[in-house]
Amino acid sequence: MTFIPKPKVRHPSLPKNDLGFTRRDYEGALTTLCAGCGHDSITAALIEACWGLSLEPQNVVKLSGIGCSSKTTAYFVSGGHGFNAVHGRMPSIATGANAANRELHYIGISGDGDTLSIGLGQFCHAIRRNVNMLYLIENNGVYGLTKGQFSASADIGTRAKKGDVNQQAPIDPVQLAMTLGAGFVARSFSGDKEQLVPLIKAGLRHQGFALIDVLSPCVTFNDHEGSTKSYAYTREHYEPAVQADFIPFEREIKADYAEGEALPIVLHDGSRIVLRKIDQGYDPTDRIAAAAHIQERLKANEFLTGLLYVEPGQREFHEVNGTPAGPLNRVPYEKLSPGSKGLEKIISRYR
Amino acid sequence: MSSASQDRVNDFVIKIATVNGTGSASANALLMKSIFRSGIPVMGKNYFPSNIQGLPTWYEIRVSRDGYVARAGHVDIMVAMNAETYGKDLREVAAGGYLIYDSTWARPALLKREDVTVIGVPLAQMCNEHFSGVRTRILMKNICYAGVLAALLDIDLGVIRELLAETYAKKPQLVESNMKAIQLGYDYAREHYRCPLPLRTGKMDRTAGHIMIDGNTAAGLGCVFAGATVAGWYPITPSTSVMDSFKSFADKWRVDPETGKKNFAFIQAEDELAAIGMVIGASWNGARAFTATSGPGISLMNEFLGLAYYAEIPSVIFDVQRVGPSTGMPTRTQQCDLLECAYASHGDTRHVCLYPANPEECFYMAAQAFDLAERLQTPVMVLLDLDIGMNDWMCRDLKWDEAYRPDRGKVLSLEEVVKLEKFHRYLDKDEDGIPYRTLPGVHPKAAYFTRGSGHTQYGTYTEDSGEYQLVVDRLVRKFHTARRLVPKAIIEPAATKTDIGIVSIGSCDGAVREALDVLRTRAVAADYMRVRAFPFGEEVERFLAEHRLIFVVEQNRDAQLRSLLTLETEVEKSRLRSLLHYSGLPISSSFIVSGVLAEVWPGGDRVKLVPSAAVAGH
Repeated sequence: MTFIPKPKVRHPSLPKNDLGFTRRDYEGALTTLCAGCGHDSITAALIEACWGLSLEPQNVVKLSGIGCSSKTTAYFVSGGHGFNAVHGRMPSIATGANAANRELHYIGISGDGDTLSIGLGQFCHAIRRNVNMLYLIENNGVYGLTKGQFSASADIGTRAKKGDVNQQAPIDPVQLAMTLGAGFVARSFSGDKEQLVPLIKAGLRHQGFALIDVLSPCVTFNDHEGSTKSYAYTREHYEPAVQADFIPFEREIKADYAEGEALPIVLHDGSRIVLRKIDQGYDPTDRIAAAAHIQERLKANEFLTGLLYVEPGQREFHEVNGTPAGPLNRVPYEKLSPGSKGLEKIISRYR
Repeated sequence: MSSASQDRVNDFVIKIATVNGTGSASANALLMKSIFRSGIPVMGKNYFPSNIQGLPTWYEIRVSRDGYVARAGHVDIMVAMNAETYGKDLREVAAGGYLIYDSTWARPALLKREDVTVIGVPLAQMCNEHFSGVRTRILMKNICYAGVLAALLDIDLGVIRELLAETYAKKPQLVESNMKAIQLGYDYAREHYRCPLPLRTGKMDRTAGHIMIDGNTAAGLGCVFAGATVAGWYPITPSTSVMDSFKSFADKWRVDPETGKKNFAFIQAEDELAAIGMVIGASWNGARAFTATSGPGISLMNEFLGLAYYAEIPSVIFDVQRVGPSTGMPTRTQQCDLLECAYASHGDTRHVCLYPANPEECFYMAAQAFDLAERLQTPVMVLLDLDIGMNDWMCRDLKWDEAYRPDRGKVLSLEEVVKLEKFHRYLDKDEDGIPYRTLPGVHPKAAYFTRGSGHTQYGTYTEDSGEYQLVVDRLVRKFHTARRLVPKAIIEPAATKTDIGIVSIGSCDGAVREALDVLRTRAVAADYMRVRAFPFGEEVERFLAEHRLIFVVEQNRDAQLRSLLTLETEVEKSRLRSLLHYSGLPISSSFIVSGVLAEVWPGGDRVKLVPSAAVAGH
């Protein structure tokens, strides 16, 4: 970690977004993670994406559980509320928070231990409920804060720093989410900002649960030879399958993409994700074919990356529950109480 | 006392033994409601198995002209509809009592009891002759015994017809078939037995301004009136009907007539961990949110409760207590989560708890729980038990003050935030231990980071001992503030001066009040205090200090209320004598009377020199 405080001075020439904010306005507290941690690159991508989308900082809600990844919610958008909850339970906090106010942008940051071990149940059920949030897993295959134990995403045969070899099959959040019906499933790599930033933007604009599994090497406990989650191994085995460009609605007209090679996906607000297939045999709108393809490539030790599956138009949590268009936490009390006359009517049944 | 030989109008107990899943609940409710409609105070208690169909189940109706609401502890009239429990049911009838059975089948000779009048009615035979279809015959057999009892107890058939007409307003043919079954039983009884019995009903005027309602329904209704908008929960007996109640009232009263949208979110969670997480997330984000559970659910919620305590997030939790430990007996009542709730979670935690004694209090305390949770920024637990939650109690009409507006506590508005130079989440500006909070989405200046890890009074991360201690010491001050805000204990002095006290909690109240009346007839006077909240207020401390001998009446094995009193007040342990009832059945007044008389000579001023052992269950 670094102890050099960042000066709050903004250089006048820094580029500004539509709200007149610079990237510095989307930063957070100083990171306390190890130098070179993949998570810090993801934080940088989040800052870039929130700035790029011109999100009002106070409308960004950052939620996390426990672990190295979960600390990062403090490191971006200091103008938005953050909630560092208990281990593996961020999805339920997110569900409740979203239920109370559907107008904010919910970003859940989790790790492979937080999501795939202790929090597996809550992760699955947040997907089932289609909570409108971006759920980002910073996946490094190990427990960092407790010093190097395997997590549930560790591959068979991967070697821990202390020498143990993992014998148990990994849980792949991408395949799991696709099985559970998620409408936005992506995988990326912390070292590929160009791929990651548009994915985060698209995920934030997607109505419903958007998962991005980001391979994010742990420089301290899982970056050695024999590890399948090291920088070197990831760079070697990761395969961009679909390049996603995010085009906000207002810029859509000027978008420049050649027909045929690109597949535009229109989101609820008119924004588009333009998918460019790199792997020609891949169809990111066909759940079954996509799942089969991902599995096939994993067998050959290749992580397909990019926006692997997308299905806009799914009904998210509030639509399913028939709640009002505005936030529940702002419904005036007068609309919530049946009043004394109402009570008289209610209790007449109990006479 | 239980002799049935004398004429006992409106003062007796009927117990109905049936098989679970045969539809006896509607017959029993009809019977009880018809007595209630006749102006006679009545109480109904359901003793049911953890089962959907096939196991024995009992329903007890206590008719009490004096308005006593506790379990009587004896049975005057047994309706023995379950062959499997015949023997046991007959043994339970008090000398001079009655046993009603289905005489379609011969009664084994061994069930004879000379001191009990046996009344046989061929219920199955009559119903088979008059109704077709297996299910209908079984259902009507139950309605038929209600008819028998109507004759024996002199219940007005007009009242029964009126109730059926209300129940089946949309299916009038059912009114006629049910009335036919009632009439069959009624006529048979009048033809073959002297009606009415010396134990009978007689019209009174003591139920006007009252309703019959269970505590879970009242609690769910209270949440609607409190303005709760988010409910997260996981099904568990005996709390589930709190949520059913909230949902059914909300479905009716919370749907916007213009848009058809629901002004509430009702989320069935994957488990109790998620349920409380949703409540905390929603409350943190400015909605009134709650969950309902039972002991095992509180166990699962412990980690999150600690977070909510330390991060200071309002939340409301209803714990409808059932028998423990572990799965225990899920359909039997106890007050066994007092300590679990008061100190839930790891680390130094203490929680605000409310202890309603009846459905009426469930309603008002439900609303109050939200005000307290938001004012104090902390979890508030409302502890019911199965007896209050799932049984029908006679209560005064529920009323709602039109002027009520939710107390949202110290939440800064946009205008207030803008004026601030900097927002500090955990600063004790008002010296009451309660800091100010902000909601997401208001202003970047209002933003802070909520965390369960060490934080300073300014809301920033810390591992500094001094900074950490400042925050946890302030939480103690906040708990002191809570003492002033929670409902006060109810204290009722005896008519004559005494240094004997009885302390009790929740659903023990009815039994204690009845016991006090009985003890008075035995020349024992005792002052009574019912605690209604934790932390205990000054009045609790004073009551304990003013009495030489104090009986602590509660429904658990380990004297949890007594422990809480000794831990949280200055009282000497030796002055507190426990009367512990933990069989899973609701406590009766006779249990308390015999417990007190075992230690106090009639006259009240001399205490027997016996060790303060727990008195065995009734």
